[in-house]
Formats: sequence, structure tokens, C-alpha cells
Amino acid sequence: MNEIAYQPEFQTSVNFTKEKKKQRISNLIKGILFLLPSILLFGVFLFYPMGKTIYLSFFLTDNRGDPTVFVGLENYVKIFQSSNFLQSLKSTLLFALFTVPGTILVSLVLAILANEKLRGIGVFRTIFSSTMGISVAAASVFWMFLFHPTIGWLNRIVEAMGFEAVGWLTDPDWALLSVSISTIWMNIGFTFLILLGGLQSIDSYLYESADIDGAGYFYKLRRITIPMLSPTLFFVLTVTLINAFQTFGQVDMLTRGGPQNETNLIVYSIYQEAFMNYQFGTASAQAIILFIIILLLTLVQFKLGERKVHYQ
Amino acid sequence: MTLSISKKIIFYVLLIIFSLLVFSPALIALLMSFMSSQDIMTGKIIPTEFSFDNYAKVFDRFPLFQYLINSFIVSIVIMIGQLLLASLAAYAFVFLEFKGRDFIFFVFIATMMVPFEASIIPNFHTIRHLNWLDHYNGLTIPFFATAFGTFLLRQNFKQIPTELKEASQIAGIGEFKYYLTVVLPMAKTSLITLGVYGFVTSWNMYLWPLLATTNDSVRTVQIGLRQLQSQEQLNEWGVIMAGAIIIVVPTLILLFLGQSKLQKGLTEGAIK
Repeated sequence: MNEIAYQPEFQTSVNFTKEKKKQRISNLIKGILFLLPSILLFGVFLFYPMGKTIYLSFFLTDNRGDPTVFVGLENYVKIFQSSNFLQSLKSTLLFALFTVPGTILVSLVLAILANEKLRGIGVFRTIFSSTMGISVAAASVFWMFLFHPTIGWLNRIVEAMGFEAVGWLTDPDWALLSVSISTIWMNIGFTFLILLGGLQSIDSYLYESADIDGAGYFYKLRRITIPMLSPTLFFVLTVTLINAFQTFGQVDMLTRGGPQNETNLIVYSIYQEAFMNYQFGTASAQAIILFIIILLLTLVQFKLGERKVHYQ
Repeated sequence: MTLSISKKIIFYVLLIIFSLLVFSPALIALLMSFMSSQDIMTGKIIPTEFSFDNYAKVFDRFPLFQYLINSFIVSIVIMIGQLLLASLAAYAFVFLEFKGRDFIFFVFIATMMVPFEASIIPNFHTIRHLNWLDHYNGLTIPFFATAFGTFLLRQNFKQIPTELKEASQIAGIGEFKYYLTVVLPMAKTSLITLGVYGFVTSWNMYLWPLLATTNDSVRTVQIGLRQLQSQEQLNEWGVIMAGAIIIVVPTLILLFLGQSKLQKGLTEGAIK
């Protein structure tokens, strides 16, 4: 009796594990199918090229970019002995030093102003975020005119104030700063929007209780707004920093890397080395350096921003 | 929090000054696009006469219309491709449980550490090898897969109650049908956000179209403007500005329409 009663139960449990296994395999297949298009494209256009770039960086190449002679680390030795590449690294770092704090500071001021509950504030928000929709090419054209040596507005203003005209894009002392100024303008829209979002998510209760305590405007700004905004600020900091290292369009439009290589930022340097000089080996080595920089920055962002940047 | 009148005035004054500063480069360009060359040379702020000559000229001398069509095709194709691939991937991450999912998720995160700029050399060779140079395929397909878009949609899909999925399973609704008829309609807002974002970034793309196009057949507006700027150096600033204004209008309209949604979506997708 006992055995008979036991039998069916045993069978269902076998069926159950069998079913579960079947279910698991079908889920695996479904999951793979849903993810396949993305994985395939990431593989072909991101991971394969990354590996190929590492591979190419150890070779000399012909004009078409096919590897010819294995040279080991020689390409790396070469780029770090090349004054052009060192200059490019230095310019890129300086560029980041100008644009990152500049962008954040300006955007923060705009976001704090635009966060006030005033009539018609939407118009100002739209204006401040508008540069986000303006492409690098168009923005560069706008600024190219402002920087124009004779008819540009900047020099007209400078001359009206009694100073000598500045060679904004032609003077090696000014060019990088000029490109940085135009870049800050281009960055404002996006950074402003993100910071405004951060400000709006701060609990208004904090301000109300500070008001009751009679706290002043700047006290509240320093003690509530900035600390509460710090995760957003941190996010914006890393994003603009990474963007600074990926800058290409405005350099290509405004200065073509000149004068005297002063604005030859790293991506432009890679572009020139590969697609104008056909030195794909050394260009790949430069690309790897760029990759390492971005990798480190992203890791720092994930690590330090973990509390806010969590993907579970 | 109510403000006193004097504080309000200070805020408005500051807001107006900053608005003028931020908007002036674009505003100057807009005004210049209606000016004659003479107005520009003499440094007028307001054109003596509003004329559409520059706009007529830019369409006349440049295949701008062709560039605009190309950019529309490229941006819309990328937008659709991104929406499709990102929503499929996000669906798998939220609704399907299988072995190796966490690993694949890690792979998606890892893609954010690989800058596209660092892999342009092999990508250029791949495109050339596939005969996709000067072809819409080469300008669009490399950008279909997006980790950012996947994370953005995933965040939204997670808010769909799991009971819905269980109920649909009992009712015998298949995975793909559930994705198509339940999940996608419910995530409409984030899909629009990602769509706008994808369209705008594709429209404004610069480096890749520069490499992947060698003639006017599929060249996008951004590279068209580069051509215009390098060829029209002889003080035809009005024409150049007219070209630049035409190029920014579509993306600006899209942004103005979707600003609030985009802000919410970007902040959520980026920070949460």
C-alpha cells in the first residue's frame, strides 16, 4: 500500500524537475534570442575593433591598414618619444582642465537660477538647455564667426574696450582657450538639464525647515543644495571629463589641430595619424592610450559613484 | 517658498542676462542668416532688411536638400534600430531569468568603457570590407546596439507589475507577444525619450559620417556644413549661417517638444 501510494508522487517530482529543466533551457534560448541582436552588434562594432586595435598597435601596417611587420611595443615607444603626441596629451589635459570646471560652474549657476519657482521660468529653462540640440558642426560655425579676426564680435568688443585684437584661433597662446570656450557653450545644455533634474529631486522639506530656522539664501545653497546635489555633480563631472577626452568635431571645424599643434587633441591626433598619414600602427597605439584613460575614468565613476550609480 | 519682490527682480535680471549670453551665439547666427554681406561686414546687429537670399543661395549652391534627406534617413533608421534592440535586450534583462544573464549584463556595462573613438580604425576597415562606405548601412548599423538605451528602458520595464507577466503566462501568451502587446505600450514614454535622444544624437554625429562618406550620395548635413564652411570662406557668412540654422532647426524643435520628458529620462537613466 505504502509503495503504491509513494509511486505517483515520485513520478510527479521527476516530471517536475524535468519540466523545470525544460523550462530553464527554453528560458535560456529565449533570453539569448532577445539579446542576440545587441550582442552581435557589440561584438562586431565594439569588442572586435577593440581587440583589433590592440593587435594593430603591435604592428607596422601598409597604406590600407593591413599589418605587415610585428614590432612589439615599438609603436608605443615611438609615440611617447614623439613631441607631437606628447603635445597632444598635454593639450588634451589642459583642455579638460579648462572645460570641465568651466562647464560645471556655468551650468550649476544656470540650474540654480532656473530652479526658482518664478512665472515664465520654463522659457529660461528652454533657452539654457537649447545648446544641447545644436550640433558640434553648427556650434563651431557660430563660434567661428564670433572668433573671426576682423568682423567677429569678440574682437569688436575687445577693440571697443580699447585693447588690441586677439587672434582667437590663430594665436598659439589663445587657440586652445578659444576652443575650450566654445566647447563649454556646447556642453551647457546637457549639463544644465541634468543638474536641474538633480536640484528638482531635492526634498523641499529641507528648505522649509531651514526657512523656519531663518537661514539665508547662500547658507541654504552651501549647506543644503550643494551637498544634496553632490551625486549628480559627481556624475556630471565624470561625463564632461570623458567627453573632453573624446572631443573631435570642434577641433576639426575650428582649427584643424593648429596653430602649432596647440589644439591637436588626442582624438584628432588619432584621426590624423590614421586617415591622413596612414600610420595605422602608431594611430592604434594612441587609440589604446585613449582607451585606457577612458576605462580608468569610467571605473572611477562606477566605484566612487556606486551609491548612486547602481544597476541592480 | 515665496520670494520678496526685490529678490524676484534680482532673479529675473540675472536670468535675462544669462539667457542673452547663452543664446547670443545662436541668435547672432540667426540674424546674420537674414543679412546681406554688406550688413555683416559693417557689423550690424539687426539686418537693415530681412531677406531670404542666403537661404535661397545655400540650397542653390549646395546639395543641402540631399544632405537633409540623408540625415533624416540615417537618424530615423538609427532611432528605430536602437528602440528595437534596446527594448528587446531590456526585456530579457527584466522578464527572463536564465543562466549567464548577469554575465551578459556585465558585458553591457563594459561596453560603456570602450570609447567609439578608440575603435574607429578597425571599424573603418570593417565598413570598407563590407562595401558599406558611402552606404546607409555603414552610417547606421554600427549604432543600433546601445547600452545606455537598454539601461534606460530596463529601468522603466521594471516598474511593470510582475503579476501581469504571471497572468499572461497562465493565459498562455507567449514571450514575444507579451513584449509586443503589453510591455511596449506600457513603456511608451521611455520609448519616446530614447527615440528623441537617439534621433538627436544621430543627427548631430560628426566623426563617423566624416570617415564613412566620401561623396554626396549619403553624406549627412553635419559633414555638408563642414564642406560649406571650408569652401565659402570668402565672407559669405550669411550663406554659411543660413546652412547652420537649417541644420539645427529639426533637433531644436524635437528638444523643445520633448524637453521635460528628456530631462526626466536622462536623469533617471543616467543616475538611478
